[in-house]
Amino acid sequence: MTEVLDLHGQDSDEGSEEVVLTPAELIERLEQAWMNEKFAPELLESKPEIVECVMEQLEHMEGNLRRAKSGDLKVSIHRMEMERIRYILSSYLRCRLMKIEKFFPHILEKEKMRPAGEPSILSPEEFVFVKEYMGHTETHLKNVALKHMPPNLQKVDLLRAVPKPDLDSYVFLRVKERQENILVEPEADEQRDYVIDLEEGSQHLIRYKTIAPLVASGAVQLI
Amino acid sequence: MKALYEQNQSDVNEAKSAGRGDLIPTIKFRHCSLLRNRRCTVAYLYDRLLRIRALRWEYGSVLPNTLRFHMSAEEMEWFNHYKKSLATYMRSLGGDEGLDITQDMKPPKSLYIEVRCLKDYGEFEVDDGTSVLLKKNSQHFLPRWKCEQLIRQGVLEHVLS
Repeated sequence: MTEVLDLHGQDSDEGSEEVVLTPAELIERLEQAWMNEKFAPELLESKPEIVECVMEQLEHMEGNLRRAKSGDLKVSIHRMEMERIRYILSSYLRCRLMKIEKFFPHILEKEKMRPAGEPSILSPEEFVFVKEYMGHTETHLKNVALKHMPPNLQKVDLLRAVPKPDLDSYVFLRVKERQENILVEPEADEQRDYVIDLEEGSQHLIRYKTIAPLVASGAVQLI
Repeated sequence: MKALYEQNQSDVNEAKSAGRGDLIPTIKFRHCSLLRNRRCTVAYLYDRLLRIRALRWEYGSVLPNTLRFHMSAEEMEWFNHYKKSLATYMRSLGGDEGLDITQDMKPPKSLYIEVRCLKDYGEFEVDDGTSVLLKKNSQHFLPRWKCEQLIRQGVLEHVLS
């Protein structure tokens, strides 16, 4: 499927100065980001570079298709490819938006507490969206109900009211890089912590909390 | 809730001034029921908001009139704000026009699909300029991305044969 992209002679010089991605690699990264986002219980780091590059690719392809008048079959195949990529991108962004709306007070709190050097889990547009969403929801609740309540009950602490993401949920993963000495904390009191090694290429079912930093660094892939 | 609160207030004042310690359990009990009432109200309202949000993703920007009558004025206002926030976000996604993420809900299986028209809709223009007259029960072979919006609105029906 992705060889067809290369045949068309796309400009592959997207992305940052250090890394030059071929379109095939870009789509693979998008798919990985999409699957990770789908299966992780919390919002993962935002990947604006991938989104931008994919959008540019789609526009490129659209432009090429409009100019190409030759045989129907090639055009159809390319259009199909574009539809598929657009679906993956849309699904990825929808997934992020749903998680943002579900956990909005916690995400805003996390952003506030974030140290300056760390990358953000929200893109700037998403940040604006969450702030507006929170503002509107609070105003709505206040105007409809809280205004009429006795004075000492008029504030609702959304951080406690909205449920937190469940970091203890189990996820399937495939190991891409060999990891040593992962500390697995006990779930029940009778068990003790133990240390495991993750072999490359192996697949596991494990609690999300244990491997959260590995997902962020790209060492494992959620499936 | 006001009644409960007023009772509580008078009891609190009495407890403080007259030193009647035995009123405290009553006060605590009333406070708990106030908190519970507030929690139920807020939960109900929040759930309604979530359903209204789902409506935006299901029906698009314009809601059918029957649904609009079920929403209060403040909920309409919240819906409009949510619509605007979502539109700003989608527009900013990249390129000149942004990406409409309310489309493409399911993975595409083919480029063109067979659709049957359920209601009279009128003229419908396709990409290469030809227009199609959508009358009830007429069947057409149209590009998928054009039909998605109409399928969600109920005007067209995907024929699986």
